[in-house]
Amino acid sequence: MKKFFAQAYIWFLLALLYAPLILIAIFSFTESRVLGSWTGFSTQLYANLFSGEMQESGSLLAAVENTLLIAFVSATVSMILGTIAAVGIHNLQGRKKQAVSFLNNIPMINPDVITGVSLFLLFVFLHFSQGYLTVILAHISFGTPYVVLSVMPKLRQMNPNVYEAALDLGATPAQALWKVLVPQLRPGMVSGFILAFTMSLDDFAVTFFTRGTIGLETLSTYIYADARKGGLTPELRALMTLIFLIILILLVIINVRQAKTQKANE
Amino acid sequence: MKRSHWSIPYVVFMAIFVVLPLLLVMVYAFQDGTGHFTLANISRFFTDSDALGTFAVSLEVAIENTLICILIGYPAAWILANKDLNRSAVTIILFIMPMWINALMRTLATAEIFNMLGIPLGKGTLLFGMVYDYLPFMIYPIYNVLAKLDRSYLEAAQDLGATPWKVFWKVTVPLSMPGVTSGVLMVFMPTVSTFAISEFLTNNKIKLFGTIIQENINSSMWNYGAALAFIMLIIIGITTMFSDDNENAEEALI
Repeated sequence: MKKFFAQAYIWFLLALLYAPLILIAIFSFTESRVLGSWTGFSTQLYANLFSGEMQESGSLLAAVENTLLIAFVSATVSMILGTIAAVGIHNLQGRKKQAVSFLNNIPMINPDVITGVSLFLLFVFLHFSQGYLTVILAHISFGTPYVVLSVMPKLRQMNPNVYEAALDLGATPAQALWKVLVPQLRPGMVSGFILAFTMSLDDFAVTFFTRGTIGLETLSTYIYADARKGGLTPELRALMTLIFLIILILLVIINVRQAKTQKANE
Repeated sequence: MKRSHWSIPYVVFMAIFVVLPLLLVMVYAFQDGTGHFTLANISRFFTDSDALGTFAVSLEVAIENTLICILIGYPAAWILANKDLNRSAVTIILFIMPMWINALMRTLATAEIFNMLGIPLGKGTLLFGMVYDYLPFMIYPIYNVLAKLDRSYLEAAQDLGATPWKVFWKVTVPLSMPGVTSGVLMVFMPTVSTFAISEFLTNNKIKLFGTIIQENINSSMWNYGAALAFIMLIIIGITTMFSDDNENAEEALI
């Protein structure tokens, strides 16, 4: 009985959470301009998406490309910078360690509007012309702390002598780093990369303030501009449905693989 | 080279792209258009009934949103973490998954549902949409802490004669506080500072604090915009002060 209520509660919440997403998915199969009016079944929106022929503007695909490019570059830099930083922080002591950890927390606590405005002022102050580079730098600044936090637990679990042993046995520091340290930290680096990538993909406010006036659009800023003009580009519904499916499939694959390795370990 | 020196590039990077920008917010907040020191921007906020009203509404919405998220999210996290009630990992993933879908798109779809149902957009729909956007951020950290909870504490309390109700309030809830703190950090401040989302969910009827910061910056009122951002920074400082267990709270996320 208790279990029944618990399950009912969970599924009720999920139904609420997913209602808008399901709505988008359903209305991706009709051509109407506005979400919510059904004008017959059609896969035209998907066809438009793949042929790049939009009813409104062709810039949606460019926005998707920008989003992915910015997320990939910034998450990669975040992963490298954050991993090196984590090793350094791990070897710091006392007050210094506290200070750097505090520094690391600031971007995570800061709401994105503040991050955006403060970086905007920085680039204005430095007379730095805003565009791809400033957006990427901004995304690195809020993505890296997640990498540091993901890598730190792996460093704590690691035997500190392994790295020294590699050095004693004649490895150069670079070799010891690449062959000993990186393999042990890899799971933390990967989850840090995924977190930084996700934060970048979903970001709106920081991009909005740091993209300048060169007309750089990511998916978020594109949707924002579109909605303010009144009415979303219909192809967005097809795009969102596809993104949703891709994520769903990825998560299922990851989950099944994890379950398998867990079983194998037992 | 000592390995602790490896943190230097990151510290330098953070000094330029995190600390310096925040200092600039402060500098701009206390300057007039010609670069002279002034308190006018700050005092303007306290005499600007529009901005003060927005500020009050933002705090109210944020507090309500945070409380509703805890009330709805805590039981959900507890059920998800309880192996007797929930065996499948899929349901947990289902709760996290909406976070990967663009928030603006989800918000617009939510607003559309209200339109279809004929519900006028306003305070109620704003709150509903906010809960909808931020609930996963409350559930996930609480779930993380509860799932890692050492169950022998609960059994010990039971063996010592505590009723299930008492075990829950005296053992489970206190031990899960880092998760709740982290959830509050991820819901409260982002709600105050949100922009775009509130515009979409209320048809521009209700503005939140983030929106007026954005409007001022976008219309080149940098100094006043910076002053508003500075006021928010102070509030952030105060809220994080309350959650003294910050490190645990941050780690609940991962």
